[in-house]
Amino acid sequence: MRVNMSVNGVEVSDEIEPRLLLVHFLRENLRLTGTHWGCDTSNCGTCTVLMDGMPVKSCTVLAAMASGSQITTVEGLGANGELDPVQQGFIEMHGLQCGFCTSGMMLSARWLLDHNPNPSEKEIREAISGQICRCTGYENIVRSIKWAAAHSQNSGVQQGVEA
Amino acid sequence: MQVPAPFDYKRASTLAEAIALLRECGPDSRVIAGGHSLLPMMKLRLARPEVLIDINHLSELDYIKVDGNTLKIGAMVRHVTLQKSHLAAEYYPIFAEAEEQIADPLVRNRGTVGGSLCQADPAEDLSAVFSALKADILIAGSYGTRKLPISEFHTGPYTTALNPDEILTEIDVPLRSNTGSAYEKVERRVGDWAIAAVGTMVRVDDGLISEAGIGLTAVRADHFRAKEAEDSLLGRSPSTEAIAEAASLAARHCNPFADQRGPEDYKRHLVEELAKRALSRALNRSLPEVH
Repeated sequence: MRVNMSVNGVEVSDEIEPRLLLVHFLRENLRLTGTHWGCDTSNCGTCTVLMDGMPVKSCTVLAAMASGSQITTVEGLGANGELDPVQQGFIEMHGLQCGFCTSGMMLSARWLLDHNPNPSEKEIREAISGQICRCTGYENIVRSIKWAAAHSQNSGVQQGVEA
Repeated sequence: MQVPAPFDYKRASTLAEAIALLRECGPDSRVIAGGHSLLPMMKLRLARPEVLIDINHLSELDYIKVDGNTLKIGAMVRHVTLQKSHLAAEYYPIFAEAEEQIADPLVRNRGTVGGSLCQADPAEDLSAVFSALKADILIAGSYGTRKLPISEFHTGPYTTALNPDEILTEIDVPLRSNTGSAYEKVERRVGDWAIAAVGTMVRVDDGLISEAGIGLTAVRADHFRAKEAEDSLLGRSPSTEAIAEAASLAARHCNPFADQRGPEDYKRHLVEELAKRALSRALNRSLPEVH
């Protein structure tokens, strides 16, 4: 069957088997290997991408179901050679060690900051609670997202300071 | 790599089209909504449909509204939508309390209310919620529509009263005055199934309990319901004694088994304690002047 979707703003179209999962479509058909493939059971969340703006686990979405959607992967973060503040935050605050969970974590963080520019620690932890990190103990991931909130141009943090 | 066995994929854009496809494709076809129960089962070959009928584009089933004396929840409402619905929470805080503990935020972005009920997992939360609320299930099929009380919807673990050519379309919850509701759950970690969970609905008229619903999940209660405990509350004045007696009955009349989440006596203890807490909170909420 044929699927068509927008991935990081680019229209893509391909002939696939209906059983192909979105994570494999992204990684194998499109060679966008920044989306990682982990537990396969919708537990670990490393395969998280944004589908029509919502973070979802791409191992539990058929590529066929995503046809017609807009998908954002980690390759779609940042623009014009500039890192997204979330990406910069993970660098500044040492938010990764092995890096396996990082792309999914950053997409959930991006979604959170788009909807809640000045999240509390509890809100950050809730937003990433469907994703597993086995290196950091989450502390530095939380700090990275706080850093991104504080350094986003339109963030509530800065607005609050200016007000 | 876990990949489902081959199947044909069809996308329905209306309810009528989905029902026609179910009839045309026969009993080996299955409806897929969020897919967060069905796809994992297909990967494990616990389910092996030959045709998947995608109903994610049935926006006609995506609503939460009040119609007369009924709160109507469409089958395609995502968990996150019910979790954050002010309308649902205004009448029944049990919805937000249960939803924020179902799976994890990413799963709640995709999983649907109707899909959860149709999966009929014996540890599923909304089955306990809607049992406590004594909801009705609306079903549409080739031969028209029908309505079942939630107590007749689940026929056993992973099985429901749905025929192969039928779709759950809506859950109807009666609106009640002087009524409170609450949900209490213990899980090992975010995303795990409940060790035990209790949902409650209590109505108090003229100082006496006139209606009570107690839903249980993960402890093999008949139809997710603690009927003996519900009956014990009727006509009583709200008191710690009445709550304790009902909680004890709920713990006695469920059938938990020991597994990796804990031994049987621990689960019964949880049911009793969670029932006390959820009944107390529901009773407090039934009397707004107390706040």
